[in-house]
Amino acid sequence: MNVIGEVLIAALLLIGAFLSLVAAFGVIRLPDVYTRNHAASKSATLGVMCILLAAFFYFLFKDGFFSSRLLLGIAFFFITAPVAGHLISRAAYNSGAKMWSQSVRDDLKNKKIQKND
Amino acid sequence: MAFQILLNVFLAFLWMFLQVSFSAHTFIIGYLLGLIVMAGMRRFFKSRFYLHRVWAVIYLFLLFLKELIKANLDVLKLVLRPKLNIRPGIFALETELKSDWEVTLLSNLITLTPGTLVMDISDDNRILYIHTIDIDDVSEAVDSIKNSFEKAIMEVSRG
Repeated sequence: MNVIGEVLIAALLLIGAFLSLVAAFGVIRLPDVYTRNHAASKSATLGVMCILLAAFFYFLFKDGFFSSRLLLGIAFFFITAPVAGHLISRAAYNSGAKMWSQSVRDDLKNKKIQKND
Repeated sequence: MAFQILLNVFLAFLWMFLQVSFSAHTFIIGYLLGLIVMAGMRRFFKSRFYLHRVWAVIYLFLLFLKELIKANLDVLKLVLRPKLNIRPGIFALETELKSDWEVTLLSNLITLTPGTLVMDISDDNRILYIHTIDIDDVSEAVDSIKNSFEKAIMEVSRG
């Protein structure tokens, strides 16, 4: 394995780990379920992508093994992550979880009111 | 589009039979040669040459990667700032996309980019309700989604 490959893999791993760490920070720091959902489900997308790519490059450079399963992992993650995030926040809103007191806008409320009329 | 791909595969097989060589190698060469022939004849097709659509898909993917990284950095800055200075909220986005899969693709892309999250959709599939972590200017946020993702998806689905 040459130096360029090692640096690339190390950089990807570190970036991925850092993004996951920030996602964990976000879950603790942010005020309500919706904003936490942003941190938990989204910063993770790029973080997981970087870590899987690092594993992919590691096997490619070390053994010359093209691991298509890791690429499939990224693809399936990109399909499932938004669905999960959408469903969590939608379920939270419909079951009446309050938005943070300093939220500025709620256009969705109008829809609910119109429905009840 | 399906017809054009089928024709291209047929041309590739034609090339294989002409070469009397049945390997993947010959198939790929035949496919590329067929592509060149079809590109030369493209004005005789009723619909758009399918390579345009392949290019539109690639463009959409690259655009998504760019937005993903940009938005990730934005959320990163918000979370790590010592003083929590965010103004979350839900805004409505009226989309011009019609078919189900287009709207699904748009809302998946919006949800995948950090900082925005599709929460609900109106019953006639025309208005997306998007929760965003930091609203600066609603019309600006709407414009940026409309000009980037929606345009690129329209380019893919155009006939």
